[in-house]
Order: sequence, then structure tokens, then C-alpha cells
Amino acid sequence: MSLQDKYKELIDTARSAGTNNLQVNEREGVLHISGEAPTGSVKDNLWSIYGKIDPNYLSGDVVMDIQVATAVEGAKLEVITQSSNLNVRRGPGTDEPIIGKAAHAEIVTLISKHSDQWWLIRTKDGQEGYAHAQYLKPVE
Amino acid sequence: MRNKHLSTAILCLALAAMVACKGKPSDSQIQTKVTEQLSTMPEVTADVKDGVVTLAGNAPDEAARASAETAVAGVEGVKSITNNIMVTPPAAPAPVATDTAAMANPADEALRTGVADITKDFPGANVKVEAGVITVTGELSAAKWKTLKQALDGLHPKRVDASGLKVK
Repeated sequence: MSLQDKYKELIDTARSAGTNNLQVNEREGVLHISGEAPTGSVKDNLWSIYGKIDPNYLSGDVVMDIQVATAVEGAKLEVITQSSNLNVRRGPGTDEPIIGKAAHAEIVTLISKHSDQWWLIRTKDGQEGYAHAQYLKPVE
Repeated sequence: MRNKHLSTAILCLALAAMVACKGKPSDSQIQTKVTEQLSTMPEVTADVKDGVVTLAGNAPDEAARASAETAVAGVEGVKSITNNIMVTPPAAPAPVATDTAAMANPADEALRTGVADITKDFPGANVKVEAGVITVTGELSAAKWKTLKQALDGLHPKRVDASGLKVK
């Protein structure tokens, strides 16, 4: 069974949910999927389907990068850490000094994206700094 | 009348002593000034004895070594300077990866930086980068692993190999 067949439900859902710039390529036995989902819940759903086909994502035959279209400048973002505070840093990188914290589940504002990984945000206290995008989810 | 002459003489002597003091700063006064001048050079030390300043320590280059001497030479009361500062170039940053194959691959370096930023929050996981492939071992909860996998995939590796990872 080809990888495209194995992950057919995932690819079909990404397409039907209106994922922009959807790219599906197979390279060296790995299916690379990328695109921009219209909402955060579409992204969550795609990761759920991926996890259903490949429990706990352990096969290593997919690399999926789904960005969220609503994560634009000025957007409200929820801090989705497990339970701890999110570090807000002076610059983009964990070697940068921590200048503030955003609480778990706090709503912050996206100022700009330095990269896919590091976003400049403003906390509810008005503190501006860089935080890692993996813990930030656009509020719908 | 005699008394008045005496007191004038004492006053003159006292004044002369003060002037002398002012004209010739003590070693400790020189030390304070010299230390001030060297405040931007944390690795340089100075020792003052009878107005002779002995400089020691490290400077990153010859120019810094000379500028330390120049700065100290301007301090009042310094008679001469013995410059024992050693020129020691700053130590090269410790190589992150020791294997030359990985060093030669800039894509791996970029991946490593991204991985290092992400994995700080996942103490249970051991994440390595080799030839564009991210290998994850260790033990993580299912929820944490999902977060980590999403973040690692965002770095666009060739593959994320988690075959050695235990998911609780």
C-alpha cells in the first residue's frame, strides 16, 4: 500500500477542509504534507486523523506541517502550554533572556511572525516579546 | 607678637603639607583611579606600589593590551607602568557537534538550532539530528509527544524517527 493510500483520509480531509497551498510529496519513503488550514480546529482535526491512522505518530512515515490561516498580525492567541507559564523572550531563540511570562490559557496578541517557530506577541499585561509558536493557538 | 608668628608658621606648614598631599596622590588613591580606568577590562588587574603600576591579566588582542596601558598612564601620580598583560584571544566557542560530517551540513545546523529551541521543554525526550533526520528517544506522555511531533515536523526534517520512543 502506498503512503498516499495509507493516509488517504488525511489528505482528502485536508483538501475538503479548504487547506491552502496543500502540498503532498513522497520523498525517501516519507510523505511530506504541508499547507495552511483555514482554522485551528481544522489543523487539530488533521492531527487527530493522522494519529488515528498512525497511533502515536510512531511510524515516522509522515512529516506534516500545517499552519493556521487565522494566525495573522493582530490575531488573538491562546497559550496552550500543558499547565505551565509560557516564557516570553527578548529575541527569537531559547538562548535569549526571558523578559516575561504568559499564563497557561492566557489570551495574547500576535504582533508579527519572526519565523514559523518564533512569534512576537503582546501579553495581557502589555509585555511584548518572542514566544515559541508551538504553544500558541489562534482563538476562533 | 611672637605667638602670632608661630601660629602663622604652623598654618604655613599645614598648608604646605596639604598641598604636598594633593600633589602626590597615595598608592591607594592611584589604585582607585586605575581600577576605574580598567573597569571595561574585567580580566586586567592592576597593582600600585610607590606610584609604579603593574598591569597583569588577559587582553583579547594587542590593541586592548596597549589601550589598558594608555588609560592607566593618564592617571595622576602614576610614575611608570609595567605591562604584564598577556594577549589571549577569546576561546573559540565549544563546538556543538564533534562529528565533522554533521558540522559540514548547514541544513543540520539549522535543524539543530530549531530542535534545541523546542526540546528544552521536553526533558524526557532525547532528540538528535543527523543528515536531515530527527531521531527521538526516551519517554513522553502521548499529549507531550503530539506537541513535540507537531513542532518538530514544523522544522521540515526529512523524517522524524520515533521508533526508539516510549509513549506512556
